[in-house]
Amino acid sequence: MIYALAFYLFATITVISAIMVIASRNPVHSVLFLILAFFNSAGLFVLLGAEFIAMILVIVYVGAVTVLFLFVVMMLDIDYNELRKGFQKYLLVGGLIGIVLLAELALVGMGWGLTGHVITDPATAIPALAQMSNTQALGSLLYTRYVFLFQMAGMILLVAMIGAIVLTHRKRPGVKKQNVNKQVMRRRHEAYEIVKVKPGQGLG
Amino acid sequence: MTETMFPDLAPASGEILMAIGALLLLMIGAFRGNKSTGFISLLAVGLMIVTLFLTVTWAKTPSYTFGDMFVADRFTSIMKLMVLVASALSVIMSLQYFRDEKEERFEYPILLVLATLGMMVMVSANNLMTLYMGLELQSLSLYVLAAFRRDSALSTEAGLKYFVLGALSSGILLFGSSLVYGFTGSTDFTVIGQTIAHAGAHGVNIGVIIGMVFILAGIAFKISAVPFHMWAPDVYQGAPTPVTAFFAVAPKIAALALLVRVLYVPFADLASSWTQVIVFMSLASMVLGAVAAIVQTNIKRLMAYSSIGHVGYALVGLAAHSVAGIRGLIIYLAIYLVMNIGTFACILSMRRKDGMVEEISDLAGLAQTRPGMATALAVFMFSLAGIPPLAGFWAKWYVFKAVIATAVANPAATDYGLIALAIIGIVASVAGAYYYLNVVKVMFFDPPTGEFVAQRSGNLAAIMGIGAALLILFLLPQVNGPLLDYARMAAASLIS
Repeated sequence: MIYALAFYLFATITVISAIMVIASRNPVHSVLFLILAFFNSAGLFVLLGAEFIAMILVIVYVGAVTVLFLFVVMMLDIDYNELRKGFQKYLLVGGLIGIVLLAELALVGMGWGLTGHVITDPATAIPALAQMSNTQALGSLLYTRYVFLFQMAGMILLVAMIGAIVLTHRKRPGVKKQNVNKQVMRRRHEAYEIVKVKPGQGLG
Repeated sequence: MTETMFPDLAPASGEILMAIGALLLLMIGAFRGNKSTGFISLLAVGLMIVTLFLTVTWAKTPSYTFGDMFVADRFTSIMKLMVLVASALSVIMSLQYFRDEKEERFEYPILLVLATLGMMVMVSANNLMTLYMGLELQSLSLYVLAAFRRDSALSTEAGLKYFVLGALSSGILLFGSSLVYGFTGSTDFTVIGQTIAHAGAHGVNIGVIIGMVFILAGIAFKISAVPFHMWAPDVYQGAPTPVTAFFAVAPKIAALALLVRVLYVPFADLASSWTQVIVFMSLASMVLGAVAAIVQTNIKRLMAYSSIGHVGYALVGLAAHSVAGIRGLIIYLAIYLVMNIGTFACILSMRRKDGMVEEISDLAGLAQTRPGMATALAVFMFSLAGIPPLAGFWAKWYVFKAVIATAVANPAATDYGLIALAIIGIVASVAGAYYYLNVVKVMFFDPPTGEFVAQRSGNLAAIMGIGAALLILFLLPQVNGPLLDYARMAAASLIS
């Protein structure tokens, strides 16, 4: 009962907020609805017993990806009305492509099914949820059997980081940076000087 | 649930050393800054040499590790040897270039080390996931290297173009991999091979073949085989010249090694399907490489088309589907390495007082101004064209011999036009000789238009000299003996 209630609650909010993402006029609102959709999908995943994916959805998608979207939307000055101008012109072609995709999806859905040994011989069996939680199962695979790929993925991310710095970082002149060493080494006479000011004259 | 045995690290010792080395170099660079570029480059070369010895002394017998995801055998060790030599020479050749251009940055040798690590993983891949990881590590490093001179419009264009098309090809490859995984139930090369071998009465599912063709297309992009070659000329021209020298050799060797393993281990029993694809790519690459290069005036673009053509010749060895064919491919790649590194050493010496030049017409009269360099470049050009006593001829000789042997041995079973492939290939090499010889003609018979500045370090001259000497002396058994023997053992280790 509670399960069904929770499911319908999360599902309804997900669908409504997903619609609002594309329907709302203000792009900032779209991103906020996207975050709402993500949170509710995370709830759906928890109901399915996939708590790891739920947490990833919140941490990675809400925490990083959508915040990045928000930055882009707020930082870049995009005229959204200008972007929408071609809407009617492309409606026909876009609609046709949409119908084709929908038909393909329907065909796939009708013909769905796995045959032969693919069902009986899965690459990695999933342990029962009672024995081991999702997160634990993933971790015990990731750091043993797939440790090589895991480390390789780390190297790839390192390359991405080096690449981003190499291609964009520049040393600009005139940027003031804190140098703790310099601050500590500063002597008193460099910091201030005593000026005798005669009354009524000022510093000039 | 899973065995928690510690994996055997020894087969991957070279890769582990490279990874740790790259991290250490990065630390040195981060603390010492760009003024330590020369020092880091030398350390990178040293690292590659040590890794080279580790990989070569290892792997007399095939050994698998990390749950069969990684393989080391004679084939991987000779391929890694070539990749490491090419990378180390690229680092050495780049030293003076970036110093002269005042673009020295310590990330350059580190990215090269990381790209080389990716290539070594590609060569050793025994699983679709390892394949993808290696390929991405290599590609990402190469995208950055292509755009390394970020203030040059050509260089950034090259980087962007390479990135967009490379990402597309990675997507194609991933799509193929997912199809193969879906229809065979495994990502392990050996298991895929067994699944296909025991496919049953109806033969293998069409989905596997489609997946294989997608994987082939993705790898063909990396080796710039026609029809996936469009990026090559622009990227070769736009990237900084030492990067182009690197692009032309090491990634091609690694991707071809990967292609060989993918075709001969998981898809060995689909040979009737992939031979047509390889024959077509090979033919188209040879013809396009020969024809399109004729109109080029920029020597880096010329080398791009030349490398497209040479990939076509190397693929002939694959189409032969025999130990001799793989041996021919390995020999071809080794000779290609020497020819290309030598030629790029010459191109990197084309510096006038006001900067680098890269037009073929700038070479006019080189025989009078710099006779040594002109002679070396002439040797490289003759060898690339495949003029008999030089090594380039023997490279072609071994692949064509292998393919004709296959066609003659079983004319009924292999009706994929292998004979036609050999004939058209030889005709294309004659047509291609035109533009190589044109360079020689410009150097020796045209009046000089200007003089190149002398190189301050002897690195490039040494590479040119040693390269040219190797190509001339290839017929001596002391020179070709080890290569031929080792190539045969490597090929035999792959096809059991």
